[in-house]
Amino acid sequence: MLKTRVIPVLLYQQGRLVKSIRFKEHRNLGNPIQTVRIYNARNVDELVILDITKTPAGKEPEYKMIKEMARECFMPLAVGGGVRSLSIARKLFLSGADKICLNSAAIENSGLIGKISRMFGSQSVIVSIDAKKRNNHRYEVITRCGTLPTGLDSVEWAKEAERRGAGEIFLTSIDCEGAMQGFDLELIRNISTAVTIPVIAHGGAGTPLDCVEAIGAGASAIAAASIFHYTHATPQVVKQELKAAGYPTRNKL
Amino acid sequence: MKPRVAIVDYEMGNVFSLKNALEYCGALALVTRKPDELRRATHLVLPGDGAFRTGMENLKRFGLIPILEEEVLKKKRPFLGICIGMQLLAQEGTEDGIWEGLGWVKGKIVKLKGHSLRLPHVGWDDITYKENCYLFSGIPQQADFYFIHSFCFVCKERQDVIASCRYGQNFAAAIEKQNIFGTQFHPEKSQTYGLKLLKNFISC
Repeated sequence: MLKTRVIPVLLYQQGRLVKSIRFKEHRNLGNPIQTVRIYNARNVDELVILDITKTPAGKEPEYKMIKEMARECFMPLAVGGGVRSLSIARKLFLSGADKICLNSAAIENSGLIGKISRMFGSQSVIVSIDAKKRNNHRYEVITRCGTLPTGLDSVEWAKEAERRGAGEIFLTSIDCEGAMQGFDLELIRNISTAVTIPVIAHGGAGTPLDCVEAIGAGASAIAAASIFHYTHATPQVVKQELKAAGYPTRNKL
Repeated sequence: MKPRVAIVDYEMGNVFSLKNALEYCGALALVTRKPDELRRATHLVLPGDGAFRTGMENLKRFGLIPILEEEVLKKKRPFLGICIGMQLLAQEGTEDGIWEGLGWVKGKIVKLKGHSLRLPHVGWDDITYKENCYLFSGIPQQADFYFIHSFCFVCKERQDVIASCRYGQNFAAAIEKQNIFGTQFHPEKSQTYGLKLLKNFISC
């Protein structure tokens, strides 16, 4: 049976790992390579690394750093941040990314999802959606690390991303991110009923039970950072809780 | 002497991860499409992600098919196809039309019948393998491996399937035909058991 994935998220900014609250208040968490090594030793299901360095246009991701992290990683690695073109995606795959996360550029460059998925397969393209709650149960898509409102409805955009060739949706609630008060279950429900590709829920995990609720709301996997950095809950503890709730998870080796 | 593994470079797949994992397992691994390097290798690996059609087009474009056929079919060099690299061994692929495959293993590639299940089939899933198959020695039954695919290999000859997985339907998780092995999952991304499988492969 397919196991429910629990995915630690690493936010990378200028050579260090950070953690934010609602996309702000970045705190330093130290050395990225060391952290990847620990997660690999713990046999986590998958890792997502997002480079949130605000880079001037034209600057490319730090491929060398990605390579160093990928070398420590014998589980799937998704990399996002600054993936603006097919050639950047290609270089990331060559640097050890197994999947790439597209966010702002997927909207700003309408052909990009299709181009990358035709070349590398749709399974390697994750479309990352940062959503903010508005009135009438609507969620607006915000790009550029939570700074640029697009006017797009997140449900409509998720459907469109699937149609263009996305293999998974990485769904972040901006309102819940880093707050550790639980996921936005309505958002998860809305998006996972709208698409048939897997949805990874991100933003809000404070306790293992929060993660159980996110899966109950329709997510295929949960992704989190603060809970693993700031509490005693490890990915394994979250998986035990999921298992107790009847969701299959991968056994500890 | 260290096994010398050539990862076939046809511009498909996560070759960095694969090279990294093979080196971790003790092999000398190189990513190449140079005929002499392919011929000198003790083991060949065909990686891959993505579309069947692109995979075949690239193999043709780089003139790799005659060399691979000579090394694998004639000289019986141990060969491992991973994901699309396994699917290309089939006689045909059926994504966006009908495409001819290498035809080394009889059968065709069809889309998983998702029913209400989400596609791609992505994540860790357990497999059941036939007893006494070399590739899985030292690996427990029902071990989880990392899958990421929407299509699967329907083999004509049942005995070619050495491991199966279930996602809405049973499908081939691994195949074996003499010196030819294939895995639908990604051993290079399947941690302990995946690395064990790669070790088994490079020691054959």
